[in-house]
Amino acid sequence: MEEEVLARRHAIDRLGALLTLAGLAALVCLPFVVFKANRIVPGDPRSLLQVLPPWEVLAFYAILMLVAATALGVVSARLRLAAALIGVAAVTLTIGAAGDVLTPLGNKVVRISPGGSFWVLLICLGLLATDAITRLRPGPGVRVLFLVLFAALVGAALASGILDHLSVMREYEVNATRFAREARQHVFLALGSVTAAVIIAVPVGILCHRVPRLRAGTLGALNLIQTIPSIALFGILMVPLGALAAAAPFVTDLGIRGIGAAPAVLALFLYSLLPVVANTIVGLGRVPPVTVDAARGMGLTNWQILTDIELILAFPVILTGIRIVLVQNIGLATVAALIGAGGFGVFVFQGINQTAIDLVLLGALPIVALGFSCAVLLDALVETINRAAR
Amino acid sequence: MIEIENLTKQYGSATVVDRVSISIARGSITVIVGTSGSGKSTLLRMINRLVEPTSGRVVINGRDTTTEPPHLLRRRIGYAIQGHGLFPHRTVAENIATVPRLLGWSAARTQARVEDLLKIFQLDPGLYASKFPHQLSGGQQQRVGVARAFAAEPTVLLMDEPFGALDPIIRAKAQDDLRDIQRRFGTTIVLVTHDIDEAFRLGDRVAVMSHGQVLQYDRPAALLIRPADPFISRLTGTGDRAMKLLSLTTAGEAAEAGPVEGPTVPASATLRDVLSDLLWSGAPAATVVGADGTPCGRLTLAGILAYGRPR
Repeated sequence: MEEEVLARRHAIDRLGALLTLAGLAALVCLPFVVFKANRIVPGDPRSLLQVLPPWEVLAFYAILMLVAATALGVVSARLRLAAALIGVAAVTLTIGAAGDVLTPLGNKVVRISPGGSFWVLLICLGLLATDAITRLRPGPGVRVLFLVLFAALVGAALASGILDHLSVMREYEVNATRFAREARQHVFLALGSVTAAVIIAVPVGILCHRVPRLRAGTLGALNLIQTIPSIALFGILMVPLGALAAAAPFVTDLGIRGIGAAPAVLALFLYSLLPVVANTIVGLGRVPPVTVDAARGMGLTNWQILTDIELILAFPVILTGIRIVLVQNIGLATVAALIGAGGFGVFVFQGINQTAIDLVLLGALPIVALGFSCAVLLDALVETINRAAR
Repeated sequence: MIEIENLTKQYGSATVVDRVSISIARGSITVIVGTSGSGKSTLLRMINRLVEPTSGRVVINGRDTTTEPPHLLRRRIGYAIQGHGLFPHRTVAENIATVPRLLGWSAARTQARVEDLLKIFQLDPGLYASKFPHQLSGGQQQRVGVARAFAAEPTVLLMDEPFGALDPIIRAKAQDDLRDIQRRFGTTIVLVTHDIDEAFRLGDRVAVMSHGQVLQYDRPAALLIRPADPFISRLTGTGDRAMKLLSLTTAGEAAEAGPVEGPTVPASATLRDVLSDLLWSGAPAATVVGADGTPCGRLTLAGILAYGRPR
């Protein structure tokens, strides 16, 4: 036992080795920062030594080496997490400094983008941090705390202005009012469709649980919907909704048209049904039959058995289904921009049309952050409930 | 008093319970025993209408069970099953309080009843009331399940293989405790089991079921002495029937007047136990003592052996 621990302590950490190699290769082969005279011309890669004073570059490399050494040889998960966070801070400050130096005073046309090695380093450090957090096995509350702290740090970094000269922030500056509007719209599309789906899917799941004959047909139909590609489903729904709006003017007054939010919410709603219905059926099916028999034998009514026993015991599984569709819809809602429904997808598709990769990032990064945060929050909630109602 | 009259249950063309008529005395334990598929559980579940009869009727204390909604009927009848069926998301106290709450008892009365029951079932309320079922041992879970069935002071209690999941030592203790608590509350209990020893141990009357019919409904001794059907002899076994017969009479019941001699045995011991004692010690007779320790008679070997044959 002792020897095993010692052996582990002296062994080189495999993940650390992989991440160090990847980071090193990226630093050698890929540029850290890219200079563009304006937002659509091809970039001009710059190495750090061309941009920053030598002692700053040296300090940056020294910090990265310390982080790598920790990743390779230190067992303590807390130290590994601290090293990863220090690494992220160093990478962020360096790219900010590079942006400051490369931007001529008062020039709003040039674009300074993070280069390939910046992204690879960020991913490696992110993996190191996630691995350290996993090794710490934090409870649900601590994980949420980590999320809040990390969000606060990112928010502080953005608010401090150290990143203001980077291209993504330039795009944000130009689109600030639209960004807030599309953010609200994106959340509305994802949350609205999930809420509607839960209201419909849970009763359908209960019905399928009670009447097994309905199960195969319902799940089959919902499965079929799941196989339709999202762009196709958005397109298909434009036809009947458009016809409906043309035929009945009062429908148009409700804001329902062939394009816009209505077909988008409807499509996301349809995609959400299968996971919630299926998890409701599974959750109710896992309630022990003796528990239900005892409840009925003691004189609980059917309604009391459903609300006081079955739904409460099935709730963690149903919530897992809701978590799946919420994260799924945050991603899928991007496509809704194609049919005029708005959301962060607007920036993604505009960026693709203008070959302005920075605009794509302005749409894509918040989507990833939103999806990740929802996953962490709902996972923590599911775990808390599972612990309480075991 | 439960009157079961011509009760029949058919599923399609299969008759699961076939024209069963039995009368169950108030304050007694009636055990329905049979192999699996004999219809014993279905018969029990028709009493509280978990299964609706195809024909026939059940009358409890003079009232036809179909005259009130099933869920209200069930709240007046205790119900305990194999594997206890405790609610995993509710504490022990909340589980026991289930039916009192449904009946709208005051919080104070409910709490007092829960504490009384926990004490009766030898679970310290301070220690166990706020625990969850998964924190208890199997035997403790079963006791909570039975306590829950007694919670609303039912006059009738239905039990379906309540001790089926327990190991033999805990099961014997649970059976003795049930007997004591039943005597204390005067509850009428109908219990279903496939275990003939459990039937003999608990039943004032035993109904033997096979293929949906009650073959014999009688005192346990009568099943041994006058089996109505070869199936009953097979079920009870003939190899040790004399010993089984001895185990149905207590020392107190069989004690006769005479000089005090030999080892002392409690009046609650069965003749089988006393005989075993005498064989082991080599004594020809034993002194029977009451619960207070005073002698109330004696038992001789010859006297005991007389109880081991049909009379």
